[in-house]
Amino acid sequence: MLRNTKKEWLIAYILVAPFVAIYGLIFVYPTVDMFILSFQDAPLIGTGDFVGTENYERLPRDRRFNTAFWNTAYFVALTVIPGTLVALAISLGVTRLSGRLQSLVLALFFLPYILPVSVVFRIWDWTMNFQFGIAMHLLDALGLERVPVFQTSTFFMPAVAFVTIWWTCGFSVLLFLAGLRAIPQEIYEAASLDNTSRWRTFRHLTWPLLWPITALVLTIQLILQLKIFDQVYLFSQGGRPNDNLVMVYYIFQRAFVNNQGGRAAAIAVVLFIMVIIIAALNFQLMRLSERNK
Amino acid sequence: MTPKTVRRVNWIGGITTVLTVVIAVLWAFPLYWGIVSSLKPENEVVRPFIELWPDTLTFRHYWFALTETQIGAWYLNSIVTSLGVTVVTVTTSLFAGYALSQLRFPGRTILWWLILASFMVPTQVLIINHFVLMADMGLLNSWAGIILPQLIHPVIIIVYKQFFDQVPKDFREAAAMDNASEWNVLFRIYIPMNWGVTTALSIVTFIWAWNAFLWPFLAVTKTEMMTITVGITQVFDAFGVYYARQLSAAVLAGFPVALAYLLFQRKVTQAITLSAGIKG
Repeated sequence: MLRNTKKEWLIAYILVAPFVAIYGLIFVYPTVDMFILSFQDAPLIGTGDFVGTENYERLPRDRRFNTAFWNTAYFVALTVIPGTLVALAISLGVTRLSGRLQSLVLALFFLPYILPVSVVFRIWDWTMNFQFGIAMHLLDALGLERVPVFQTSTFFMPAVAFVTIWWTCGFSVLLFLAGLRAIPQEIYEAASLDNTSRWRTFRHLTWPLLWPITALVLTIQLILQLKIFDQVYLFSQGGRPNDNLVMVYYIFQRAFVNNQGGRAAAIAVVLFIMVIIIAALNFQLMRLSERNK
Repeated sequence: MTPKTVRRVNWIGGITTVLTVVIAVLWAFPLYWGIVSSLKPENEVVRPFIELWPDTLTFRHYWFALTETQIGAWYLNSIVTSLGVTVVTVTTSLFAGYALSQLRFPGRTILWWLILASFMVPTQVLIINHFVLMADMGLLNSWAGIILPQLIHPVIIIVYKQFFDQVPKDFREAAAMDNASEWNVLFRIYIPMNWGVTTALSIVTFIWAWNAFLWPFLAVTKTEMMTITVGITQVFDAFGVYYARQLSAAVLAGFPVALAYLLFQRKVTQAITLSAGIKG
């Protein structure tokens, strides 16, 4: 078949044009603009003078930046691996079920993921309400002291991490289920003929075969949780926002509360680079582990 | 296999099954608790024990939310902006995905790499510059302003490209024999063959847009322009410290997406696994 190259180009450009236009306006331009802004002492709206790397030099001595940085790391530690393990356990349970029962149980685990963050916030704010929440009845029943969970800096991050795992776990469960379905049933039949114990079957068959999915879930979770904002912001209302800062929250505070666009952009650049480095490292690690097999 | 092992295996299996079901029920319990609390009169809501069903069932709080607050306007804003995001994202991604999969043109490789790279970039870091850009364009507090920055979903292009790559080449060659134009090939063969993916991707894009919080929260300062996701948490005086009222508003905000999921459960799960790069 003779291809009419010029015409093919034209059609291709017409097809990609709307996407490229949006992508340029909403993605490429703002990204470049963010880097430029981070070297200026500009307010949120309006122009500023070029100040070199001053916005960056301030960061190591900035108390709020340190809080935001370590809280983000803490939050990642509290959610990524625990959340992945919970999802794995759930999917191992769900995969045993079949038919209608399976889809019902899966729906129960998955429903929270589909809900907006503000609904999740309302539900848990109510459940953990200091005066009337059922979680407090539970503490009473256990003979423990009630805690105003979201007003204390000790319990804030773990509680938000718990809610986040509850909320987003369904997503990872779906991925694990897809992975488990892809494992051929004959392998298990062979193992059960050999009278292999459950734990050994899991350890030597399921876990290694599922590892690519586990690595994928961990990567997605890691990148997702670095960008946390919504839950932390919502649960901080009426609490102690300055103790609960995370990176995106601090960008928001600097830009929209303190009206310092330049300094906020510097924090944004730091987070941007953090995510890129972690994503690239992760990708390399996954490639290496593939090669070692 | 000896009879003894069979019994052991079934026993453990049975416990696991029961445990899974029990945990699933507990997992969803807060959702039930939120809904049931929103159906109780305020004085019952604050009773110090767990009552699984209201003594007096009331829809008063829903009536209040629908008539006394701006929830109607928020619903409209959410529907319009989520539909806008869905239609624009899915159509532009479909066209771009088709071109990347089926056509050869200068710049193709660079574009593909850019899309793959932007997959990793967190759009949350762009909030400042999105805000400045939308302010410059005079789009704050408008539907267009809520929609525009939400249009970056590179994953949808990636999924489309994969699907178009898998359409057998025979279709293309047969169409070329008939002298069919490129547009005919796209609209008569490739799009109809992939309706399933298009619906699945549209449903999840809609759900994502409906659930978006950070950007709609920043883009809107006027209460009547808020989306429902933002409105129910930002307008305190509308609901007061009435737990049941707040919960009824939350149920109203979550209802459309929960319904979409329950109706299209298979499509949603397919699209979610696809979006993570796994063939569902």
